[in-house]
Amino acid sequence: MSDATSQKIPVTVLTGYLGAGKTTLLNRILSENHGKKYAVIVNEFGEIGIDNDLIIGADEEVFEMNNGCICCTVRGDLVRIMDGLMKRKGKFDAIIVETTGLADPAPVAQTFFVDEDVQKNARLDAVVTVADAKWLSDRLKDAPEAKNQIAFADVIVLNKTDLVNKGELAEVEARIRGINPYAKLHRTERCAVALADVLDRGAFDLDRILDIEPDFLEADDHDHDHDHHHHHGHDHHHHHDHGHGLKHYHDEEMQSLSLKTDKPLDPNVFMPWLQNLVQVEGGKILRSKGILAFHDDDDRYVFQGVHMMLEGNHQRKWNEGEPRESRLVFIGRELPEEAIRKGFESCIVS
Amino acid sequence: MKEFTPAPDSASIVSVTDRVKPVALGMAVTSVHFLADRAAFVGGEENVKLVDAKGEITTVAVHSGGILSTASDGKRLVMGGDDGKVVSLDAKVEVTLLATDPKRRWIDAVALHADGAFAWSAGKTATVKGGKAEEKSIDVPSTVGGLAFAPKGLRLAIAHYNGVTLWFPNMAGSAEFLPWAGSHHAVTFSPDNKFLVTAMHEPALHGWRLADNRHMRMTGYPGRVRSMSWSAGGKGLATSGADTVIIWPFGSKDGPMGKEPAMLAPLQARVSVVACHPKNDILAAGYSDGTVLMVRMEDGAEILVRRNGTPPVAALAWNGKGTLLAFADENGDGGLLEL
Repeated sequence: MSDATSQKIPVTVLTGYLGAGKTTLLNRILSENHGKKYAVIVNEFGEIGIDNDLIIGADEEVFEMNNGCICCTVRGDLVRIMDGLMKRKGKFDAIIVETTGLADPAPVAQTFFVDEDVQKNARLDAVVTVADAKWLSDRLKDAPEAKNQIAFADVIVLNKTDLVNKGELAEVEARIRGINPYAKLHRTERCAVALADVLDRGAFDLDRILDIEPDFLEADDHDHDHDHHHHHGHDHHHHHDHGHGLKHYHDEEMQSLSLKTDKPLDPNVFMPWLQNLVQVEGGKILRSKGILAFHDDDDRYVFQGVHMMLEGNHQRKWNEGEPRESRLVFIGRELPEEAIRKGFESCIVS
Repeated sequence: MKEFTPAPDSASIVSVTDRVKPVALGMAVTSVHFLADRAAFVGGEENVKLVDAKGEITTVAVHSGGILSTASDGKRLVMGGDDGKVVSLDAKVEVTLLATDPKRRWIDAVALHADGAFAWSAGKTATVKGGKAEEKSIDVPSTVGGLAFAPKGLRLAIAHYNGVTLWFPNMAGSAEFLPWAGSHHAVTFSPDNKFLVTAMHEPALHGWRLADNRHMRMTGYPGRVRSMSWSAGGKGLATSGADTVIIWPFGSKDGPMGKEPAMLAPLQARVSVVACHPKNDILAAGYSDGTVLMVRMEDGAEILVRRNGTPPVAALAWNGKGTLLAFADENGDGGLLEL
């Protein structure tokens, strides 16, 4: 798998609400001296001041797949553009897809899961969301698109931090964490972020699910030194004594839900449960991820999903002494938390 | 065709691999067409390589970037590029710039009419020019997936999301919309002008009987259909996308409605490209493992033209007389077979 994966061209999806600084970040990526060539798919021509002969204008054409699942939408223009770009293989190292400020990232991501030809040649690397430190809190109240983009992100570039004071910054970060505590968050001015922090993240690579998401593994009890405003114990507050945290926001609409157990799961119960869950609630579930310890199985099983689409695989043997814990994360809108918890518990081998 | 003499028992297969003249093109190839007696291999970008019967290669620069779309009538080859240009190449190796998109948008689709008119699309706009037609454009609701001229009259089929627009460029207000949910890519008219078929984004074809716009759903493919070819006389439509060549029957007035397709030449690999012989009921099929077979449509008898073990076959074409078969894989290892 890794051989084929490494040959596929990585695709970074760059999203963010209007005016957050997507184009600034894009220009930064293109102008930095990294020796790499990027093909860039943009929606508005002319904003990029960099000379790059592989800038392609797109019309975000979202369409439904005729497979009976309503949230299964893809970007038709991307299918076409990827097809054309593959004729120039070798002329670029990576692809960046910039979405419009009002776009939902899901159809872009799903294009890389459902289209066979796209999947053969390219792999989704990460969804990077640029957020405006000054205005995001307002947008989360009035713009569902902004909320979607935060919920969907693997990496959040919290930009324009020079325009807010410490308290405002803590506030907006808490709001972000209230929706998506798992994304890597970087505070920037004028999108000055190390390119390694936004590119080549492997966020959709099953093999790297854990390596890049310590938050995911240790969300409950670990102190991170890279982010002091990070609100740990989010899950704890969220699920048990919600409302007591000083700077904790629970977004009424969009939440994350994490589940864990140190008892083995029955794959014959778990798999049908998970599949049914995303079939029934896939419209609400934006992202899902998990590492699973199955009964009588020495391999770790990992999975990830976007809405109704799931992919999973045995990853590797559990290490000696490694606690065989199963952990799942769902990020979504109005998640039926109790039902999900009950369903998960029924998968535990008693 | 007397050259087609498959083995009497099905356990062994006649091979003509030793009669193939290998052609090393040294570029990624996406399609091949014949211009007079030379095979024109279209590269993924910039160049077309013309190969004569002796295997001699002439390289012709046609675009300054990727070559996205091609159409040929045997006399000339029309191409659209990501440089926003529509270019033609004829048998005299003359390259002509036919049109340039003012915004340098990608030319996603091209089509060629028997009377010399041609059409191209960029984004949602399809344009017809040349022949007896003045330059005329039409905008459809979403990006054009494919273009095809009807065999009779100056009528253009424009495939897009949720259906096909049929348009007489010389008749104002003549656009007719044939709806069908989903994204439609390549489009083709049956040679008798009775049916219209699209290859969809999902692994299926969709067809309309033009007399009454009745629908024909052609499904069951494991993969997207990227190659369609009408058999001599137009009685069958051969398609890629499965591990056998799927041929839909179009001989009767109902087309494939309520009928099963023929499934020929099964292999442990996906058919990547098909090309029907222009005169006889024979087709050539290229596979994802590099195999090329000639197949007799009557009984499915096979002759091996190229062995497996290479990248997928990307290009396959017969010359107009049906005496030469040209093919190449994605990496540009090709061949010519004279019959």
